[in-house]
Amino acid sequence: MAEIELRQVAKKFGDLWAVKPMDLTIYDGEFVALLGPSGCGKTTTLRMISGLEAVTEGRIFINGKDVTWLSASQRDIAFVFQFFALYPQMTVRQNIAFPLESQGMKRAEINQRVAEVVKLLEIGHLLQRKPPALSGGDKQRVALARSLVRKPACFLMDEPLGALDAEFREVMRAEIKRLHLAQHATTVYVTHDQVEAMAMGDRIVVMSAAEVQQIGTPAQVYHDPANLFVANFIGSPGMNLVPGKYVGDEVHLRGGSVYPTPPAWRPTLAARWQRDDVIVGFRPEAAQVSETGAIRGMVYASDLHGSYTMLHVSLNGELRPNGNGEDTIVHIRARRDVHYVIGSLVRFDLNPEMVRFFDPESEKAIAKEVRG
Amino acid sequence: MASTRVEHAFSRVGPGFAVVESVRVDQITPRARLGITARLILSIIIAFVMLIPVLWMAMTAFKARPDATASPPKVIFVPSLDGFIGLFTNRTQLSAAALAEQQQRTDLNFWERQTLARGMRILGPSKFVSQLSNSLIIAISSTILAVTLGLLSAYAFSRYDIPGKRDWLFFILSTRMLPAVVVTIPIFLMYRAVGLYDTHVGMILLYTVFNLSFSVWLLKGFIDEIPIEYEEAALVDGYSRLQAFRKIVLPQCVTGIAATAVFCLIFAWNEYAFALMLTSEKARTAPPAIPANLGIGGIEWHVIAAGSMLFLIPVVIVTFALRQYLLRGVTFGAIRQ
Amino acid sequence: MSQITLQNITKRFGTVTALNNVSFEVKHAEFFVLLGPTGAGKTTTLRIIAGLTKQDAGSVAFDGQPVDTLPPADRDVAFVFQQYSLYPTMTVYENLAFPLRAPLRRMKEEEIRKRVTETAEVLRISHLLQRKTARLSGGEMQRVSIGRAIVRNPRVYLMDEPLSNLDAKLREALRVELSHLQRTQGSTTLFVTHDQIEALTMADRIGVLNHGCIVQVGTPEDIYDRPATTFVAQLVGSPKINLLNAATDGGVITIMDSDVHLPACELCTDPANLPCEFILGIRPEDVRPDPAGLFAGEIALTEPLGVETLLHIRIGRQTLVSTVPGISPLSRGESVRFGIVRERLHFFDRTTGVRFSE
Ligand SMILES: Nc1ncnc2c1ncn2[C@@H]1O[C@H](COP(=O)(O)OP(=O)(O)OP(=O)(O)O)[C@@H](O)[C@H]1O
Ligand SMILES: Nc1ncnc2c1ncn2[C@@H]1O[C@H](COP(=O)(O)OP(=O)(O)OP(=O)(O)O)[C@@H](O)[C@H]1O
Ligand SMILES: [Mg+2]
Ligand SMILES: [Mg+2]
Repeated sequence: MAEIELRQVAKKFGDLWAVKPMDLTIYDGEFVALLGPSGCGKTTTLRMISGLEAVTEGRIFINGKDVTWLSASQRDIAFVFQFFALYPQMTVRQNIAFPLESQGMKRAEINQRVAEVVKLLEIGHLLQRKPPALSGGDKQRVALARSLVRKPACFLMDEPLGALDAEFREVMRAEIKRLHLAQHATTVYVTHDQVEAMAMGDRIVVMSAAEVQQIGTPAQVYHDPANLFVANFIGSPGMNLVPGKYVGDEVHLRGGSVYPTPPAWRPTLAARWQRDDVIVGFRPEAAQVSETGAIRGMVYASDLHGSYTMLHVSLNGELRPNGNGEDTIVHIRARRDVHYVIGSLVRFDLNPEMVRFFDPESEKAIAKEVRG
Repeated sequence: MASTRVEHAFSRVGPGFAVVESVRVDQITPRARLGITARLILSIIIAFVMLIPVLWMAMTAFKARPDATASPPKVIFVPSLDGFIGLFTNRTQLSAAALAEQQQRTDLNFWERQTLARGMRILGPSKFVSQLSNSLIIAISSTILAVTLGLLSAYAFSRYDIPGKRDWLFFILSTRMLPAVVVTIPIFLMYRAVGLYDTHVGMILLYTVFNLSFSVWLLKGFIDEIPIEYEEAALVDGYSRLQAFRKIVLPQCVTGIAATAVFCLIFAWNEYAFALMLTSEKARTAPPAIPANLGIGGIEWHVIAAGSMLFLIPVVIVTFALRQYLLRGVTFGAIRQ
Repeated sequence: MSQITLQNITKRFGTVTALNNVSFEVKHAEFFVLLGPTGAGKTTTLRIIAGLTKQDAGSVAFDGQPVDTLPPADRDVAFVFQQYSLYPTMTVYENLAFPLRAPLRRMKEEEIRKRVTETAEVLRISHLLQRKTARLSGGEMQRVSIGRAIVRNPRVYLMDEPLSNLDAKLREALRVELSHLQRTQGSTTLFVTHDQIEALTMADRIGVLNHGCIVQVGTPEDIYDRPATTFVAQLVGSPKINLLNAATDGGVITIMDSDVHLPACELCTDPANLPCEFILGIRPEDVRPDPAGLFAGEIALTEPLGVETLLHIRIGRQTLVSTVPGISPLSRGESVRFGIVRERLHFFDRTTGVRFSE
């Protein structure tokens, strides 16, 4: 049982803001993913919650109690590191029981606790083996078992799957999620992999450059990104972002296409003082290739993704992107049974439900006004 | 990244113990700060104690003879160049008449005037100058040889599959396993037989051989760290092995070469036992000469000190100039990003 | 013309057999991807083609001419390494010029300058030319590495996982770039990777390598739709294909430990060809939640990825993974009905894992 609250928590290393003041409440039993590129302050945030790092500003509460100045060992949390270390000379069983033994727990209770986690993680057949004889995924399970066995109120995990092969990662991802659902311990999970964050998090905290960019459910950060950073960072590939000018219910996109805006958006876009520059954002699956589509471009490259084809389309109508961030290549999903030749013309429409608009200056999403 | 390093320290303890007190500079309590200050003071004191002999030597070098041998030792004294004059010159005591005559002269240089003030006249330079230059020639030549040969064989050991590679490497290292003094007599006999006794070539050869094993091992460590992909890329790009070595490997192991060179230089520069046994006049180097030749009636401590101090200076300069390479050299293999 | 033929290549390192009788052909102007897990022998294959490693048996031919005796410098191939191949002591310009300055090419400084500038433009690294390579970002470094390969206009490109050390966003961008470059320049490329997405998205043809043996060669569609073994089936596709033990007694196929029964008569494969027990493969996108579906299960876990949601559907003691587009309204614990696209089922032998062909 743990609810964690951060109030204006910040961390400075010398002159460098590792984490700028942030507010965050993690509810009891919630799985929160801290997501962001390398160096954005995820680990630092996690370490402040754990007490391994002192805050520079702000206060931290666990279950309403101010723990800002309590040491890590007084906070009843488990920290799971990227590289799990198992003692190679001990059997799996001894490894799992070790944290309990060091607390001086009774033998019978230890046995019972170990049996519980062993059942949960389905590692019964490994108990008598030693770590060097285990596969990567099994090692990871044992390491998880060892932190679970303490029954902490809350888990802090720092990229626990980062060292694994892609293959294992997919399996372990589901495994950790399953464990969470079975135990409902509050979990803060740090990752730089947006797929992992989306798949696991009840809510996602997207960070960049020491600042929180958005806090929301996977659906919110995916469909309604708060700003350009989140739009591009979430999704693979990220949201297509095409600058343009808003002129009389249409957006003249860079590259020459004219996109008629969805009627629901018109009042909002028209009401932006005299500003006419706007960025149109849409996900690859929002595009529908059609003969009569409003947006046109040339196929720059196309590739098969298993069940569909991803088309990379240059809106400039040129085959060479015109250098230095001026690319207007968009990625759209298409049916895999049509073959697209590089250099051929394609037209597509956008699903009006899935189009978003951004302000190029503030880089923030433009909120749609809902009338009456 | 600092944070990663700290995590490693924890993970060694194990995840069950992941939550332990961490020591971070930014969360030090006043008590801990006191401890750190105390430790700092202690290490300064220890460093000072360690340096006292060197300091004492430097002071003695600038003492006049009576001050140098005074008991109890003098800490405060009038600086004098007696030691250096004794070191660099052969002198003769002048009679009162000759002294008076000399004092009339106006064409004397600084050193001659200094000597005259002590009632003596300079006859000529002492052997120390030539001994110092012997030391330089022998140390530098043997260093160049040891590093060059070492580099080539280290490269071969690092990059090629030589049959019995590990045995060879062990054999090379084993040449350093017995104390040098043990082999001085046989070497002395051999050298006399082939006419290498008291020659520059003989000493250069000897020091090269001795440094080679060290230089091969050290350089192999450095070359091992240069990814082989660099050279292979060059091979595929149309260069030969040797060209790839010159253009790719060489520029990247300057650090290693510098470190190795310093270590070899220090060894050859300081070597005493062989130099004492295998040289007499022509090729005598400074280390055996400083303590042996400078006493005419009682040990002239101030002269020895002056010689030792001068002798130290080049090594100090070279070491200081290359210190960042040295540190890397000492810890080679231990650091990986 | 440039074409590579490998014939019965075998390579051992001590007791390890890195390559076992490997034969395949890379056609002119083809983008051939060698896909396999760690230790499969992919790098070894490339190194043998480049002449950096000598094979124990078999032969490599370029355009029909054996090149086994030629040193690397004379084979005229370009090698893009996974990492480390930029010379840290040189600037980007010098790095790009390096292969052209090789003594055997005797190229004029003027010509070198022209080629380097052109290449830099194609790869959009012109503004980096005077920088030392140690100060480049990962993506820039890899673009320079690729530049060093194309500047020479070699017979073939050999690329050893050039994208694997980059972060996800950069990898996506460079994948598109590489694929565009190869198609527009028509260069023969042999690309090694363990990432199935890279293989599927870029290849004209894929060769799947496992434990030093070629398991299957085919177009991305072949590999994805008609995997030759369970190994290939699991290697491509994310999320992974569902592989389930199944049994048949004439007319009905039953997934073991569940109550899913499929009437075999509607299947593409002749049920008479099937043994009584086999492995059934179902791609996640072929498991489709549908209120009118024939089968029932319970949602064990949902993983919303944005574009699609992964549903783990529990049927009896088995779990099926299904992908549905968008963010699914279904949540854990709900019961769900679903259908299975029967034309796209895969059947494999239970012991050998080999596909039963249609
Ligand atoms: N002990 C420290 N001293 C000084 N700066 C630090 C320290 N720890 C972290 N930083 C800096 O603070 C910033 C945030 O670091 P942090 O480790 O939280 O990043 P992260 O988001 O976890 O990144 P990654 O994904 O690479 O692990 C970085 O710029 C980092 O260099
Ligand atoms: N120089 C070598 N000496 C001994 N064994 C080697 C050597 N090079 C490769 N091997 C072995 O040969 C096998 C194939 O190696 P290779 O490097 O070709 O694999 P790979 O498919 O490139 O794997 P990865 O994806 O990890 O790069 C491995 O078992 C490896 O250990
Ligand atoms: Mg981190
Ligand atoms: Mg490899």
